[in-house]
Amino acid sequence: MNSDLKLANDNIAARHRKARIFRMFCAGVTWMGAGLLAILLIQVTVDGIKWLDYQFLTSFPSRFPYKAGIKSALVGTLWLIVMIAMVSIPIGVATALYLEELSRKGRFAKLIEINISNLAGVPSIVYGIIGLAIFVRGLGLERSLLSGALTMSLLILPVIIIASREAIKTVPMSIRQAAYALGATRWQTAWAHVLPASFPGILTGVILALSRAIGETAPLIMIGALTYVAFLPEGPMDSFTALPIQIFNWVSRPQQEFHELAAGGIIVLLIVLLTMNATAIFIRQKTEKKLQ
Amino acid sequence: MMTNQNCAQNLELVSGQLFTDEVILDIDDVTISYSGNPAVKSVSFPIAKNKITSIIGPSGCGKSTLLRSINRMNDFVEGVTVQGQLSYCGHDVYSSEIDPVEVRRNIGMVFQKPNPFPKTIYKNISWGPVINGYKGSTDELVEKSLRQAALWEEVKDRLHESALSLSGGQQQRLCIARALAMEPDILLMDEPCSALDPISTSHIEDLLFELKARYTIVIVTHNMQQAARISDYTAFLEMGDLIEFGVTDQLFTRPSQRRTEEYVTGRFG
Ligand SMILES: Nc1ncnc2c1ncn2[C@@H]1O[C@H](COP(=O)(O)OP(=O)(O)OP(=O)(O)O)[C@@H](O)[C@H]1O
Ligand SMILES: [Mg+2]
Repeated sequence: MNSDLKLANDNIAARHRKARIFRMFCAGVTWMGAGLLAILLIQVTVDGIKWLDYQFLTSFPSRFPYKAGIKSALVGTLWLIVMIAMVSIPIGVATALYLEELSRKGRFAKLIEINISNLAGVPSIVYGIIGLAIFVRGLGLERSLLSGALTMSLLILPVIIIASREAIKTVPMSIRQAAYALGATRWQTAWAHVLPASFPGILTGVILALSRAIGETAPLIMIGALTYVAFLPEGPMDSFTALPIQIFNWVSRPQQEFHELAAGGIIVLLIVLLTMNATAIFIRQKTEKKLQ
Repeated sequence: MMTNQNCAQNLELVSGQLFTDEVILDIDDVTISYSGNPAVKSVSFPIAKNKITSIIGPSGCGKSTLLRSINRMNDFVEGVTVQGQLSYCGHDVYSSEIDPVEVRRNIGMVFQKPNPFPKTIYKNISWGPVINGYKGSTDELVEKSLRQAALWEEVKDRLHESALSLSGGQQQRLCIARALAMEPDILLMDEPCSALDPISTSHIEDLLFELKARYTIVIVTHNMQQAARISDYTAFLEMGDLIEFGVTDQLFTRPSQRRTEEYVTGRFG
């Protein structure tokens, strides 16, 4: 009896030790990731901060670094965000809702599901090629904002669909049953209860996907977004540039000043991203509070 | 459209007496299987209009399965097949001409665990009628339904607060009010008091007595005293078989089957 107890104690001590080692390992990995990110951010800030001023935000690109600004790229990116959101959110969420709530769960649904997961892993340059073939050439949309937004929407649709489906899956079955028992159709139930209840999760997925889209460069280069734009787009059919393209362009120039300008551009891009994420968190917390 | 105009006067012999009540729902030789395994086997009994019928039996005997088949909530469970006839006022609930949504409009359900929508108290009540084309004043409807469920006094000042802020017992009464707002012919209740304390339970039992005048109630319960107290008829199931159906008083005091007697007196198993 006594020795049994001792054995158990030994075991517990060993298990505690293992848990401690594992915890330290995880903490180490976490801090390493955060640390690297911090170093990068500091580097970028040190390089770019002195260029960040009103003039930088409100000037068009130029051959002279002191005159160059990010206006057209910033406006192009904002246009892109809005247009991508308008295209990809309705299609993505509707698809997720259909797959989760309305379709028959048969072999066909399974096939679509597998395809969507695979699409999420396709390199972005491939979407650029598709966009070039279909939107720019096939539909004759030229190198317009619309082509860019449609291409980017293709790119992030799988992510939005997968994230939305996960969010929809977390809605408790009991809520659906309650609605069905009141004589609601599947559609009414999905629209009035499942969608609002999964809204915070969907929103998170959508914002993450949009963030990915505005950081992407390859597809935009592929479809031929311009690198030098000295005007602002006035409609979806205008040609455009975007922040990552402008940054890419500055980085690829030999002069040191342009590299610093690129750092400034990165800071602006990061601010746009952080603003989007903060908005998402804010809306999520507000809606979650309302649900509780 | 379904109506309850032609509810048959079904004359059957129950507990040695003539069953003279109006039958609103006739369960006739119903077998329900999950992917081929029968969970309810050839069960037949009538549900009397404006009475309370309770279904009792040990866990896993098929009470919920049978109850869910009445308003076709089983449709959402994969692999369920229903054989036999469930006639609701002359309409076979499972006939291909019947829209299951229509069935659920007329046969309401209250679940074992309170499941209010994560919306306001007001919305919880008004949503069902509104999507089903209710044109009258929702304010009145909400008040009436909450009064019927004996919840009005407690929540009248907080109708626009989240339903999730209510206590468990209040939530369950809200779910009852929500079902009543649809003015169903039949109200199905699956162990509605199992998550509640004795006081909330007795609230709900009192409520059922009052509701009987206007609604037909079928209730699944594990609580023998509750079945004996509130119901007019009782069906006893065991492993998917209907062992006995009869007038509640008789089934509890002079059961005709030995297994019923063992179960209701607690000598079961
Ligand atoms: N979704 C399902 N898929 C497969 N089998 C099921 C399913 N639901 C229930 N069953 C089976 O059917 C039988 C009856 O289940 P049911 O839930 O109707 O029992 P019950 O009488 O309501 O039990 P309890 O009193 O515990 O709620 C059980 O053997 C159960 O395992
Ligand atoms: Mg049950």
